[in-house]
Amino acid sequence: MAIFINKKTKLLVQGITGRDGSFHAEQMKKYGTDVVGGVTPGKGGTKVAGIPVFNTVSEAVKATKANTSVIYVPPPFAADAILEAADAGIKLIVCVTEGVPANDMMKVVPFVKERGARLIGPNCPGLISTDMSKVGILPGNIVKKGSVGVVSRSGTLTYEAIWALTLAGMGQTTCIGIGGDQVIGTNFIDVLDAFQNDKATKGIVMIGEIGGSDEEMAARFIQKNVTKPVVAFIAGQAAPPGKRMGHAGAIISGGSGTAADKIKALNKVGIAVAGSPTEIPGLLKEAMKKASAKADKKAVKKSATQVKKSDKKVKKTDKKDKKSTKKATTSKAKKR
Amino acid sequence: MKIHEYQAKEIFASVGIPVPPGEVASDPGTAEAIAVRYNKPVMVKSQVLVGGRGKAGGVKYAESPEAARVLATKILGMDIKGETVNKVLITEAVDILSESYVGIILDRATQRPVIMVSPAGGVDIEEVAAKTPEKIHKLAVDPVVGLKLFQARDLAYTLYRDIGQVRKCADILMKLYEAFWKVDASLVEINPLITTPGGDVLAIDAKVNIDDNALFRQKEVEAMRDLDAEEASEVKAREADLSYVKLDGYIGCCVNGAGLAMATMDLVKRYGGDPANFLDIGGSSNPQKVVTAMSIILTDPNVRAVLINIFGGITRCDDVATGIVQAFEEFKPTVPVVVRLTGTNEKEGQKILASCKLPSADTLDEAVKKAIELAGNAA
Repeated sequence: MAIFINKKTKLLVQGITGRDGSFHAEQMKKYGTDVVGGVTPGKGGTKVAGIPVFNTVSEAVKATKANTSVIYVPPPFAADAILEAADAGIKLIVCVTEGVPANDMMKVVPFVKERGARLIGPNCPGLISTDMSKVGILPGNIVKKGSVGVVSRSGTLTYEAIWALTLAGMGQTTCIGIGGDQVIGTNFIDVLDAFQNDKATKGIVMIGEIGGSDEEMAARFIQKNVTKPVVAFIAGQAAPPGKRMGHAGAIISGGSGTAADKIKALNKVGIAVAGSPTEIPGLLKEAMKKASAKADKKAVKKSATQVKKSDKKVKKTDKKDKKSTKKATTSKAKKR
Repeated sequence: MKIHEYQAKEIFASVGIPVPPGEVASDPGTAEAIAVRYNKPVMVKSQVLVGGRGKAGGVKYAESPEAARVLATKILGMDIKGETVNKVLITEAVDILSESYVGIILDRATQRPVIMVSPAGGVDIEEVAAKTPEKIHKLAVDPVVGLKLFQARDLAYTLYRDIGQVRKCADILMKLYEAFWKVDASLVEINPLITTPGGDVLAIDAKVNIDDNALFRQKEVEAMRDLDAEEASEVKAREADLSYVKLDGYIGCCVNGAGLAMATMDLVKRYGGDPANFLDIGGSSNPQKVVTAMSIILTDPNVRAVLINIFGGITRCDDVATGIVQAFEEFKPTVPVVVRLTGTNEKEGQKILASCKLPSADTLDEAVKKAIELAGNAA
């Protein structure tokens, strides 16, 4: 098992005739991805590395039954390419392109959601489900099949972390880069939720960076919803405020979005934050050991306290109900 | 990208937001001439991209053209937080009855443009947000539907009671929203938006930040860029399509990928060094980019060692290696250069590099430690 992509993934490459598109179409094929077609307007009928090229996404979908698309088109056309894929019924769209205007993305993201599709990126390296499928630009030779899920806002820093895990003998289920822009289709919480529900994933590595508050929100989500051990790394501790550090989203503005704040938020909910990517495997091993010890203890205790616990649970949900009704009434009052 | 107040006001005026008349001067004589023409008291306002110019003495009231000349003489050439004042805006002084704040930012959490208005204007809005958040009213606008007049009016009512002023303010908010999209802004701000004793509502200050990613279709706005207000090395890097930020340390860093570039800087600090810069050579690799990157790093006199850290993905190690060899031939660097090369086409890259006989390292931590050690020897 893995998340988002697997052996059933049938991939289209938008922008397949470009330098990056053609190179990575071949790399993905080599990894074992089922690349069923490419799209470049005006180049329909030709072939790239034995892959048939179509003029439009809808034409390609009809001919190939593709369910996933990866985008390598230049920034001025990337938003349009995403819309075209969503409109043609593609359910998973991965946009590698860096430099897409944020104002375009603010309109694209709701459109994609409305079509029931998932967008990953833009400005992301894509994802790999080990030994099944690779979509994007992550190098296939650094991953290894295993039980760790990796999610990151970065590209090459993700490779660094994956490589450290692989060297330490800790293989991965799915590795995914969600992108370094301000407006992106899939955030940490979406991926954490998917990893939590994936049986094969036993531990999670989350790589964040300065800017925004996604890591803080992810910390709160983990505390409430993720029972699997999580280890983090946050890039940008040495970054000065007010300067964009490459990624459009990597900027400390008005004193918020600092690495220190993010590390504090993560530590507060018991997540260890590595000082270097090479420390990630060690910390994760430790966290996974602790988690399994806890699970063992629980299993022993469970039989003895089962009755009491279920009692408590009922009381708790009662309280919650009361709270939510209270909230509902106050918000009504305000509206009036 | 940041632009000056007078440029932001040009954008505002182009969508019909009322701003007091004003002109730019780069010498005291011109400043005086503008004031003579207005035949009224004026404000002399330094044009810098950094915040806090008022507190630094960069904004003054001039009763007469003579006073405007004296103040312009004082303000031009002034240093405000490291930025030299090259231009002043001479603008008609207006009587102020009340000061409010209105602004629109791209909000990451909601992924929408968020309009913020506050009756506490004329002061730092971040301070208001921290101390008295209840004084700020926010609205996240659905980007597909756009801002509707009733929403603008709702917000305007939180600032004014007089229906005439509410209408004027709502109109300004609609136009501000239009400007936000028109120039692909990440921030548009009027602080303060004022009322005059006569009942007018005016924008007497203006701030606009532009999304760098949209500059390819904002040629007019890009032409507003003030190259004098930027670090020369950063300008050169941008022209070569590199992300570069100059810092104060001594380990020059050349990395592919922004996240890894940040992590590399962090590790330099962690192991006792100090990074001289942030530099991301970007995705699609082109040997010439590496050559330019090396020339920028080697021009920094503080650099005592260079650390090249490449983890190939879309960037191919052989391209980078070719660039490194070329840079060595061209610049013959006198400081030690440590190379760490891994990922896509790694073997081909190592082969190309073999001729340079550079100190290399397999892991990032090792490479960082080695660069710091060699920088120590070089000092």
